[in-house]
Amino acid sequence: MKITILVFGKLTEILPQQHLELADEPTTVGTVRARLEAQFPALKSMRYRMAVDKKMATDDTPLTENAEVALLPPFSGG
Amino acid sequence: MQRYQKQILLNEIGVDGQRRLSETRVLVIGAGGLGCPALQYLAAAGIGCLGIADFDTVDVSNLHRQILYQTDDIGVPKVTAAARRLQALNPDTRIEVFDEAVDTANALEILARFDLVLDGSDNFPTRYLVNDACVLLNKPLVYGSVFRFEGQVGVFNVLENGRKTNYRDLFPEPPDPTEVADCNEAGVIGVVPGIIGIMQAAEVVKIVTGAGKPLYNRLLTYHALTNSMYEVEVFPHPEAALHAPENAEALRNMDYAWFCGGPSGAFTDIGPAEFDALRCAESPLIIDVRNAGEAPSVTEFEHLCIPLSELSHNLHRIEKNRPVIVFCQTGVRSITAANVLVDRLGHGRVLNLKGGIIQWKTKR
Repeated sequence: MKITILVFGKLTEILPQQHLELADEPTTVGTVRARLEAQFPALKSMRYRMAVDKKMATDDTPLTENAEVALLPPFSGG
Repeated sequence: MQRYQKQILLNEIGVDGQRRLSETRVLVIGAGGLGCPALQYLAAAGIGCLGIADFDTVDVSNLHRQILYQTDDIGVPKVTAAARRLQALNPDTRIEVFDEAVDTANALEILARFDLVLDGSDNFPTRYLVNDACVLLNKPLVYGSVFRFEGQVGVFNVLENGRKTNYRDLFPEPPDPTEVADCNEAGVIGVVPGIIGIMQAAEVVKIVTGAGKPLYNRLLTYHALTNSMYEVEVFPHPEAALHAPENAEALRNMDYAWFCGGPSGAFTDIGPAEFDALRCAESPLIIDVRNAGEAPSVTEFEHLCIPLSELSHNLHRIEKNRPVIVFCQTGVRSITAANVLVDRLGHGRVLNLKGGIIQWKTKR
């Protein structure tokens, strides 16, 4: 299964926007989070939410083929 | 009404919408990069009453983005300079100023006097406090924030299609203080808060007049470098209420600064001369919290290198019975580091090198 990862804010310093090929099906947001955090350990210490196809998701949200997963950290500047 | 002629011509506004604008009281929290453009457009549009809450004075480094202020306003309280400009722009709009920090003691009282709140603050403690106060008072909150070339806008606390969300549904708890830098540390170009602040003003106009679809339960992210927008739908988070104050009394008793890792004041600032004296007399542990490779490099004294972003994971390396001095480039990041050592490690003697290593090197 192929998905797209979009990255926002400070997280762009840690990982690039990318396409991911996932072997395990069915899969969830939690699986993707674990995989990204293993590949980019700096992510573990960051607070961020994940959205799937433009809807805020939780770790048990299922993913489908060609899903767009966004990693959104909080901003505080003004 | 001639002043508003061109906007009354719009079917979505009309005479009725204009009357509603003139009857609405909007509170703008923070008269900075977001607040300035928002205030300017809201005053121009004929909002009946604008509240401005800010405790700061105008600094020369504000002028590239806080476009209500002029060079001769430097040193003047922001609320004073802003009120003067806005009143000159539109004498019809009533301006109420709050020359103080919005805190747990006054937040509910100030917010209660307005119909709608626009958050233009620049730090997490204020953002969480304002959000929680809006939830308790059931006020619409027009949220906006920026990070470098990106900005976010959203409207919270309004029921739509049976759903009502607030900032805690996005992030139930604030991030670790070491994760997020503010504009002063991260850098910002004026147009980004300008665009986001104006988008916040547009949301206010839409909410008040009923025009179009305000960003209820939605978070919009704008990226200036790619000219892209990304909109995400927000749903209630099961942990949102867990961390929020249940009632007015709980809010008054909440310590937002501690909770968000803000300044607790329990560390001591020292200058270059004091630093040198302490270094020889007490052999303290000295920590450089800059990222690896940042110039100037330091070879004059022994020290540990722990970048601010990794400090939380390295607390075990810090002995509690030895004084600690933290430093960075200019003394901004090291304040956050000092707070982390005091709050998280409970360290009793934390010192911050004021002015950073650059000032120390210059003074030598």
